[in-house]
Amino acid sequence: MENIKITLMGNPNVGKSTIFNALTGLKQHTGNWTGKTVDTAMGICKYNNKVYEIYDLPGTYSLFVHSEEERVARDFLCFNKSKVTIMVCDSTLIERNLNLVLQTLEITKNVVVCLNLYDEALKNDINIDVERLSNILKVPVVVTNASKGVGINKLMEEVEKLAVKSINESFITTYDKDIELSIEKLSKHLENKKININTRWLSLRLLEDDKTLIKSLNQELNYDIYEDDELIRLLDKERKEDINEKVVSQILLNAKNITEACVSYNNKNYQERNRKIDKILTSKITGIPIMLILFLFVFWITITGANYPSELLSNFLFSLEEPLYNLLSFLPDFIRNTIVYGGYRVLAWVVSVMLPPMAIFFPLFTILEDSGYLPRIAFNLDRFFKKCSACGKQALTMCMGFGCNAVGVTGCRIIDSKRERLIAILTNSFVPCNGRFPMIIAIITIFFVGLNNTFTSSLLSALLLVLVICFSVFITLIISKILSKTILKGMPSSFILELPPYRKPQYLKVIVRSIIDRTLYVLGRAVVVAIPAGIIIYILSNVYIGSLSILTICTNFLDPFADLLGLDGVILFAFILGFPANEIVVPIIIMAYMKSGVLIEYESLASLKEILVNNGWTILTAINFIIFALIHFPCSTTLLTIKKETKSIKWTILSFVIPLFVGISLCFIVTSVYRLILLI
Amino acid sequence: MCKLNEVPLGATCLIKSINNDIGIKRRFYDLGLIPKVEVTSLFKSPLGDPTAYLIKGSIIAIRREDAKKVEVELI
Repeated sequence: MENIKITLMGNPNVGKSTIFNALTGLKQHTGNWTGKTVDTAMGICKYNNKVYEIYDLPGTYSLFVHSEEERVARDFLCFNKSKVTIMVCDSTLIERNLNLVLQTLEITKNVVVCLNLYDEALKNDINIDVERLSNILKVPVVVTNASKGVGINKLMEEVEKLAVKSINESFITTYDKDIELSIEKLSKHLENKKININTRWLSLRLLEDDKTLIKSLNQELNYDIYEDDELIRLLDKERKEDINEKVVSQILLNAKNITEACVSYNNKNYQERNRKIDKILTSKITGIPIMLILFLFVFWITITGANYPSELLSNFLFSLEEPLYNLLSFLPDFIRNTIVYGGYRVLAWVVSVMLPPMAIFFPLFTILEDSGYLPRIAFNLDRFFKKCSACGKQALTMCMGFGCNAVGVTGCRIIDSKRERLIAILTNSFVPCNGRFPMIIAIITIFFVGLNNTFTSSLLSALLLVLVICFSVFITLIISKILSKTILKGMPSSFILELPPYRKPQYLKVIVRSIIDRTLYVLGRAVVVAIPAGIIIYILSNVYIGSLSILTICTNFLDPFADLLGLDGVILFAFILGFPANEIVVPIIIMAYMKSGVLIEYESLASLKEILVNNGWTILTAINFIIFALIHFPCSTTLLTIKKETKSIKWTILSFVIPLFVGISLCFIVTSVYRLILLI
Repeated sequence: MCKLNEVPLGATCLIKSINNDIGIKRRFYDLGLIPKVEVTSLFKSPLGDPTAYLIKGSIIAIRREDAKKVEVELI
């Protein structure tokens, strides 16, 4: 039996991803802000012995296309004929959501309306006459609270019914007589063409001269309307100036009337509490300080919380080393050493040093995200971005970059203007991702705070980390400004951002899920990257040409240049080898310093400090290391994502060259100034 | 008559018309910002711009430049 295709769509931030997860058991990352899902995801749902393929479309406000997500959503509805469409709505914002429902009903009748966040509506005294709504729309309406799993079964029940027996007639918006007449004429012509799309809807779009749809028709169905002379003649006659506005207004009017008929708001001031919170979180005096304190708090917990598990993991992983070594006794010595002292040690190091901070930082950040705070950051900082002719939503994509720059780059789709989106993409790697955080924390702690592990010292580390982040935001803004004055010239376009209501995060679920997700992710990356890197570096440092190992030859070669940047050849070489994943930079540095290519056991930051200082690290090296760790080139995964998102080699190369140039320049300037001061 | 950006914080107004800038007009329409709709000016960003408005139950942040394109009447 063939799988049944189901489309899941709705406004942004109505809980579509939560419904998707509830249906499929998948763990699509969810968050309380507009534009969380930017790509179409597919998951399988089994219900009553039938297999359903659920497609989760990016959230859109309308199907009148003016952004990439909207095009993706519309084309999916049009060309990937799914059996049933689930329209997820926010029960507290029925009217606006109905706008999209009514537009969707023009394309497909087989729709189940799902009123999600129903408990939130009840709590705010919003009464919805569900039966009446269903009668008016002539499609089933189901209420759900997806985060608690309420209503999901009922939803699938209705989906199953529609999968067996489609709806023949649902609510359809009627327009002016003029428009209806034009639709009739066009439909007649289009019906002869045997296009598998609702002809009434298609006629409307052609009357509006929707260029994106005309292009998609040509691509998907090989139907070039410009070669259809009769159609063009018809369109010339029937097209009127303001048709789009009339259509949009009519749908909005219907949405309003239906809402008035089915929904009553008993408590006009239901967002009182939200507004009180907003007054504090976005006020002139407290807005920005609270934001910095929140970040400080998140970093502080990360730093303090990571110490102990790091030690534990390290003890555990290194205790496995000897048994592993003995286990491999059948191998020749060189290969055995390479695997254990090269591959395995780097793996153990990456896991024990990098994993704990990531596994703590990520859930904390997700809680912040779930609460609805992140859009407020964009709101608070938008003015800065506007001054740089960029978009405030860039603050959101930067926040995503904290997790992973590749995710941040994909997230840039929420920015409508192409120019502003490119700026956000090119500068995303200035935000330190999860793979770079731990090494920056380690260097800050070693060189600027001290290792006495007290309350004040961890707080000081966190404070310095906040400063480092502020610095990276500052650089992002400067480069954004330079870009908009040079290769990406232009004025700031419009900025409209929805600030969602604050919601209580599902703490336990978030923490458990993101720790598991992060652990798997880090382990996966560690296996794929750390083991080969460890093996390569071991071989490089143990194969000699003349009296020098290959590693020494390479680092010696880089030394003079690195010296200008206040670094050394080893550090530079480690960043080059760290191109696939920055997580391995520090272990490579240590292995190279140990000459034999053997990584020491990770005992504490004190031993790390000793090695670094013995190899000539000073405060200057530490500063430059942090600058270079923040600003060098994006990792390979991020670059591939940039290539995918921009579909351009030019922008991909620039996204590599720009940060590299900026990083090198900054290090050079800092070093020269520092040395000049020493001379005086 | 005045522009949306001139509406004092806390005041509510009725939308009269939206400047014929097609891109922004559609965005506004999507969010329910159409003539005859009530809008309340809620709060400003710490840096003075953008401003958050209450439109049909949701809070929407709009920059001054964009709000200028909306003609409103105070009520």
